[in-house]
Amino acid sequence: MSELTLPVLIDIMRECAGEDEAVAAEGGDVGDVELEYLGYDSLALMEAASRVKREFGAELPDDALAEIRTLNQFVTAVNETLASAGTRHSH
Amino acid sequence: MTTAVVTGTGVVAPNGLGTEEFWSATLQGRPAITPIDGYDTTAFPSRLAGQVRDFDDAGRLPSRLVPQTDRMTRFALAAADWALADAALDSGYPDRTALGVITAAAAGGFDFGQRELQNLWGSGPDHVSAYMSFAWFYAVNTGQISIKHDLRGPTGVVVAEQAGGIDAIAQARRALRGGATAVLTGGMESSLSPYGMAARIASGRLSTSDDPERAYLPFDPAASGHVPGEGGAMLVLEDEAHARARGATVLGEIAGYGATFDPPPHSVRPANLGRAAELALADAGLSTDDVDVVFADADGSVEGDRVEAETLVRLFGPYGVPVTAPKTLIGRLYSGGAPLDVVLALLALREGVIPPTPGITPGHPLDLVSEPRPFHGTTALVLARGHNGFNSALVLRGRGKDTSE
Repeated sequence: MSELTLPVLIDIMRECAGEDEAVAAEGGDVGDVELEYLGYDSLALMEAASRVKREFGAELPDDALAEIRTLNQFVTAVNETLASAGTRHSH
Repeated sequence: MTTAVVTGTGVVAPNGLGTEEFWSATLQGRPAITPIDGYDTTAFPSRLAGQVRDFDDAGRLPSRLVPQTDRMTRFALAAADWALADAALDSGYPDRTALGVITAAAAGGFDFGQRELQNLWGSGPDHVSAYMSFAWFYAVNTGQISIKHDLRGPTGVVVAEQAGGIDAIAQARRALRGGATAVLTGGMESSLSPYGMAARIASGRLSTSDDPERAYLPFDPAASGHVPGEGGAMLVLEDEAHARARGATVLGEIAGYGATFDPPPHSVRPANLGRAAELALADAGLSTDDVDVVFADADGSVEGDRVEAETLVRLFGPYGVPVTAPKTLIGRLYSGGAPLDVVLALLALREGVIPPTPGITPGHPLDLVSEPRPFHGTTALVLARGHNGFNSALVLRGRGKDTSE
């Protein structure tokens, strides 16, 4: 396992930043919902990015992190970083 | 002048969750000092504490808040919920900028801080939670309560060890005079982790007894320091005219406040606890003759007890006023201690009974209340001292059981 997937990211968000009521209400369709609407602020995003760095070896630059508005954008940014680095960390 | 009254209370205490449970347990003299069960205390000289049990984080907090809060903040959020519900001051209140939050803190979020220090030195800086940026901080209870309940009026935090619990309430009263209609105030503490206990032990003020019934004996010749505890209380302090207009139940009034600081250690000048009490009484327009019960600070050290006992004798005469210190059941709770005493004092005035301080044989000429004592009082004096010289006093006036005008 090398790429980050949306379900895995959702699990990470839940573990490190809790679950807003809105996340549960949206069910599986949260990928394109604005993070702010999901109740996740910039610290929640930093916390998740820190976990992703440790588990996947993908370090997102701060300016890239600041651009992220949805979970799907987060997944894409991480996987692009992984691909460009050519690294494959086991999870 | 604005009259500041208490219209809601929320309690998290080692001997009771919720105001009613705490009051009932305290009246019964039910103790809650036990061996610390969170970690192996073998290497620690002090191994007892007043611990809050049966507090279920998941059941009391949105899961979103759990990863970003220390235990003390979870207590504070629960107590704030209860106090606001008790005051029937709900989220429908229109002017959020007229509602404030002013809390006291003495230790900060030690459990959270310890865990993140372990992450830092055990795993590296990448493993430190982003929430460390605020979760440990003294002001965090005020901030989290303000955010959760959308209270946008005057906010602040007061840090003055055990005296801070009174100072915060006084600061809330000032905010009412400044135009706020209600302020959530009080203090909540939890620092019983190994890191928190190590800091407490370094103060040299903790009892090293392993006997829960003999470890914290203020005013007793066998006094040997205090036992720490966790918890505290949140109160809704409200402008009385506003409270009456909306038909709120008024528990009692914050009638007077005084605070002083002591001379340096080993000074020949006396401690200033008595002066704080006199200032509070003058602020209330009352004299010592008006005081029906004193809730003592009850330091538990030989010197601290001597100062307080001599102060009470000077002000009231030998055996001159009923004195109680129900905190002996649960330990000293630092910023959480005095707000709990304020809750007890207001309930004592309403119910007409003084909660007891069981199991103590005072070595001073004090009328220490050893079992529940019926009385017909209207006025209580609450004293609190913070380590290294803080003295604070609060005068409370009951409003009786009948809340109708």
